[in-house]
Amino acid sequence: MLSFAAWSAAEGGHAGAAGEPSGFLGVLAQGAWLIPVVPLLAVGLIVLFGKRLPLKGWELAEGALVFVGLYGAALLIGNWVDPFAFERHVEIARIGVLPGGHDLVLEWGWVVDGLSTMMYFVVGVVGSFVFTYAKGYMKGDVRFTWFFAAFSLFAGGMLVLVSSPNTIQLIVGWELVGVASYLLIGHWWEDHANNAAAIKAFLVNKVADVGLFIGVIISGLVVGSFRFTDLLDAVEAGDSALADVGVWVGLALFIGAMGKSAQWPFHVWLPDAMAGPTPVSSLMHAATMVTAGVYLLGRMFPFYQAEGFGAGLKPLILVIGALTLFLGGLLALVQDDIKKVLAYSTVSQLGYMTAAMGAGAYTAGLFHLFTHAFFKGLLFLAAGSVIHAVHSNNMSDMGGLRKAMPKTYWTFLIGSLALAGIVPLAGFWSKDEILASLAYDGQHGGGGLATFVLVLALAGAFVTAFYMARTVNLTFFGKYKGQAHLHESPRVMTYPLIGLAALAAVGGLVNMPGWFTAFTSWLAARAHPIVEHHASGLNWGLAALGTLAALAGIAAGTALFGRDRATQRERDRFRIPVLYPLLEHKYYLDDLYDYGLVRPIRGPLARAANWSNNVIIDGAVNAFGVVARRLASLVYGGFDQRGIDLGINAAAAAAGEAGGALRRVQTGKVQQYAAALFLGAVALVVGFLIFT
Amino acid sequence: MGWFENGWGLSLIVFLPLVGAAVLLAVPRARETAIKAIALGFAAASFAVSVIVTILFDFGTAGYQFGTNKSWIPAIGSYFHVGVDGISLPLVVLSTFITLLCVIYSWNHWPEPHNPKAFLVLMLILATGMAGTFVALDLVLFFIFFELVLLPMYFMIGIWGDRNPMRLPGFRKPVETRLYAAIKFFLFTLFGSAFMLLGFLALYFRSGDAAGAGRTFDIEALSALGAEGHFSGTFAFWVFFALFLGFAVKVPMWPLHTWLPDAHTAAPTVGSVLLAAILLKLGSYGFIRIALPILPHEAQRWAPAIAILAVIAIIYGSLACLAQTDMKRLIAFSSVGHMGFVMLGISTLTDVGINAAIVGMVAHGVITGLLFFLAGSIQHRYHTREMARLGGNQKTLPILGGILGFAAMASLGLPGLAGFWGEFMALLAAYNPFAGASLALFRTAMVIGAIGTVLTAGYLLWMLQRVNLGEVPEEWRDKSFHDADRFELGAWVPLVLATLAVGVYPAIVFGATNDSVVDLVQRAFGG
Amino acid sequence: MTINQFLILGSLLFSLGVYGVLVRRNAVAVLLSIELMLAAVNINLVAFGSLLGDTLRTGHIFALFVITVAAAEVGIGLAIVILIFRNRASANVDELDLMKW
Repeated sequence: MLSFAAWSAAEGGHAGAAGEPSGFLGVLAQGAWLIPVVPLLAVGLIVLFGKRLPLKGWELAEGALVFVGLYGAALLIGNWVDPFAFERHVEIARIGVLPGGHDLVLEWGWVVDGLSTMMYFVVGVVGSFVFTYAKGYMKGDVRFTWFFAAFSLFAGGMLVLVSSPNTIQLIVGWELVGVASYLLIGHWWEDHANNAAAIKAFLVNKVADVGLFIGVIISGLVVGSFRFTDLLDAVEAGDSALADVGVWVGLALFIGAMGKSAQWPFHVWLPDAMAGPTPVSSLMHAATMVTAGVYLLGRMFPFYQAEGFGAGLKPLILVIGALTLFLGGLLALVQDDIKKVLAYSTVSQLGYMTAAMGAGAYTAGLFHLFTHAFFKGLLFLAAGSVIHAVHSNNMSDMGGLRKAMPKTYWTFLIGSLALAGIVPLAGFWSKDEILASLAYDGQHGGGGLATFVLVLALAGAFVTAFYMARTVNLTFFGKYKGQAHLHESPRVMTYPLIGLAALAAVGGLVNMPGWFTAFTSWLAARAHPIVEHHASGLNWGLAALGTLAALAGIAAGTALFGRDRATQRERDRFRIPVLYPLLEHKYYLDDLYDYGLVRPIRGPLARAANWSNNVIIDGAVNAFGVVARRLASLVYGGFDQRGIDLGINAAAAAAGEAGGALRRVQTGKVQQYAAALFLGAVALVVGFLIFT
Repeated sequence: MGWFENGWGLSLIVFLPLVGAAVLLAVPRARETAIKAIALGFAAASFAVSVIVTILFDFGTAGYQFGTNKSWIPAIGSYFHVGVDGISLPLVVLSTFITLLCVIYSWNHWPEPHNPKAFLVLMLILATGMAGTFVALDLVLFFIFFELVLLPMYFMIGIWGDRNPMRLPGFRKPVETRLYAAIKFFLFTLFGSAFMLLGFLALYFRSGDAAGAGRTFDIEALSALGAEGHFSGTFAFWVFFALFLGFAVKVPMWPLHTWLPDAHTAAPTVGSVLLAAILLKLGSYGFIRIALPILPHEAQRWAPAIAILAVIAIIYGSLACLAQTDMKRLIAFSSVGHMGFVMLGISTLTDVGINAAIVGMVAHGVITGLLFFLAGSIQHRYHTREMARLGGNQKTLPILGGILGFAAMASLGLPGLAGFWGEFMALLAAYNPFAGASLALFRTAMVIGAIGTVLTAGYLLWMLQRVNLGEVPEEWRDKSFHDADRFELGAWVPLVLATLAVGVYPAIVFGATNDSVVDLVQRAFGG
Repeated sequence: MTINQFLILGSLLFSLGVYGVLVRRNAVAVLLSIELMLAAVNINLVAFGSLLGDTLRTGHIFALFVITVAAAEVGIGLAIVILIFRNRASANVDELDLMKW
């Protein structure tokens, strides 16, 4: 019955744009199923034996991630040397007969191509750093061992997701990371608020997953197979059945992507997710899990490029990406909680990636995913370092930390500069590439929409730099406003910071258009050719504009927040601080910035964005919960209990009453019985006489 | 082993528990260890035989195996016809498996009033009824086993159930929950079964020719007749309606579901488990085995209505769950929702859909069985099912809490666990229903069902929050509780492993069911 | 003499008997009325027996049977009534309703 033959009857890869690997690389590719399996095994081992180990299970988790990181790096290097695309499938069930003749086949498998190796590398490397950091951050935690079990579950799930050669396995990985996210956001579940945030994240994602399910179902049934390669083959061949439903499939899958990648209006869960421990925010809600949607768009890129299939959705993807990047960025301006700043920043950067996908820029979007993982992951870890020392998330309790925590400061600074897009740090290259592709799309097909998004993206660059400068200033400069004893974080936490800072510094150099574009060729090693525009060289104009925007933002942020404000309350209005006589001249400049530029943006605009976010969107999300509960009690109490059940009980009561009425015939008096007998006999005789 | 293959194997599975019950009756009530050991032995033996049948089963063929067809009641033309095919095999194994786990769990968990002998006798009789229903291939035989499960469950609920009084709208005095629930369960199910019997008799009388020759109760023969279109017109409509009533009450389909929450909350733990894990499957199995093959054309006419009711059940069940304060009642309503997915799969009348339904049944049996075990253990320790009073269970009872979390994740359809295949494949099947069905209706049902999964996740996570998480409430803080003991784990760990196994390798179920389902659909609907 | 006269006599007596069984409150009176009914039946039987004049004399024989059974029945019936009277100090049939709901 258990057809073990199926385990060995794995099918081969797909010959397409990149071929099958050979030799040592072939061995690596064939063994790549270990990449998702090792962390998942670690979960089981940690749960069963973790507490008894000397490092309480951390060693298993870190070991698994280091293994993945090294494996991913090896595959990446191998891909550089000899580009390949490889996949294997193992059948786990065969059902029915679909229209068209073939069976519906369920499979597990793994893909090793440019896109997935890039993701293996990111998950493994950033994950290894974060896990090391977490060992220090979570020290003494009430559930240390379980934390690493759940974290490993996340890593395994994410790797299942990015290694999946078919859409059903993608769903498996997708949901697994969703569960891991739930477990980790709500890690300190003694406080119901944390669990509420975890539930919110899970449910918002689940709503978007309705789209994912439907997209997978329709595409799988129409094509007759759930494999990505078969799906993209059908696109290549111009399959008319798929083209008929192409728009629905594309839309449904994009909705799924919107949930996981926190696109507007599904982004509301991400800021709340900051309730989880900071390593979680770093790895999951910045570097990897939230990128799953962008990954899906990347995996399905030929689908979304093909006319008649998903290409019609590109304007929508552009618009959503643009909305997200701009509105998300504005929201970061009004936050006091340092993690919320970074959260909204992540939302905004995910908008950049999505917009790039909408503009048909495969490499740009995924390159930004790559660099963002480094600098955002770094920023969160550094923020965690600050939080760990200060015992508060709020920047109003911080200030002047750069002296007490130099390593944290410098790495945070590097991360911020990378995020702002300052050359030669990583963010510059990726953001510039997005800008260039938006510009290109504006002239070729994307039209005015793409150009408008380009303008928004540039404005977003300004905003990004602005809020990061604000954050850096409020946190590390000025006077310390709290009461905690300040100290730099231990080495187990600062070394990962340095490592990630190094990656954030040089990570962008792998894709400098015109000079060294290894990353582009890495990503393009896929079974289906990726058709996109590759810039021949750096777009100096855009690079300058972008850098200008960033510098302007940094300048503005530093100018407004570089100085300590005695009363730092930014809930409703940006309060003009007390004027210092010595600094009056600067104040005039400040006033100019304030009233001329910053106030309109930060005041009405940002407040409007924040209000619509909290009251309208989040209100609708919360209202769903309340309405569902009220409807539930109405349906149950009013209808089920009083309606349907009442009918049943009424029937029983009626039977009882009828019985009660009829039993009065039994009087116990023989004479009455005899009378009845007699009357009955008479009636019978009469009847007999009449009717015969 | 000729004798094993020709019916004795299945008869062993079905009647070993009954023999065990008879043996137990002879043992004095005071010798508890002996009683428990004997019951365990017979339950294990029945399970072992079902495993042997599985090993010897020929996967890849569609017909009935291990069968026999002996003349039984010649006066009415009823035969002792039993057989197992790919559709019933997983369900037979499920029923013997769960029975065995229930006996293990019960080893030192006895509901009040303490009477292991009576309880185990009833459990074994129940096991016979359940296994018998799945292997019976003669309508009279099917009916007998179908009804046989009612009595032991009635007594289990009525004697060992929850004694708290409950007030009901329309009743003058408060009534003990167990009494109300037991009678309601029994009469409600019997009501449906009465009509089902009428349907069976009608089929019998119509199956012969005008002179009355060739009448049969045999399911195989009737299916062949049905495929030819022998039963048609108004006759078929009313007979299908009658069968529908009987099976729909057992599933339970909305709006005939109201007995389920009461029965589940009132029943002792093991009673709830057997009710949820197996008894609920009798209804949907009846649809697949009897209603669909014998009245295929009628099934096609009814399928849209069944799909609509199934989707209502999914949404309604989930909404009702959100309004519950009682933990077992919440899990009961979740069963209504999950069986909605099963019926959605069946209503598509395709091989994908029916495969989805069967894997959904197996998954639901394992997962919800586990949930009820856990709820029962929680009730046993805290003496309450009210979620408002529970809380922080993960701190108080970490192992039990962890398994509860796992079971909740499985119930909400987490991929990698068994429940996902039931839900996802049912939605998949709804996209391509049988030829001639209203695509708009079924695809809308698919979308609504997908939305239902969000609600399912909502109430399960909310339940976890209330029960497992947060700080331990005042009233439990100073009390000492013992975490899961070895008998509880002995019952739960196999269920956890089964959930994982079917989740990771669904061929465990599909490998058995697929050929039989494809054959059934081809014969009934012409492929 | 025509048969009708006997039948009328018989039915009159029977009606009186029925009236007594159904209405009288005293248990002995009820038994008495039963006897009256049996007597009326006897008259009927003998009258028809004479009318038909068969060799077996079925009517007359049957009447003898009835007399015998009546005697036995009234003996036991009176014994029961006496016991009831001894236990309850009353022979009122209206009070004998233990089989009431």
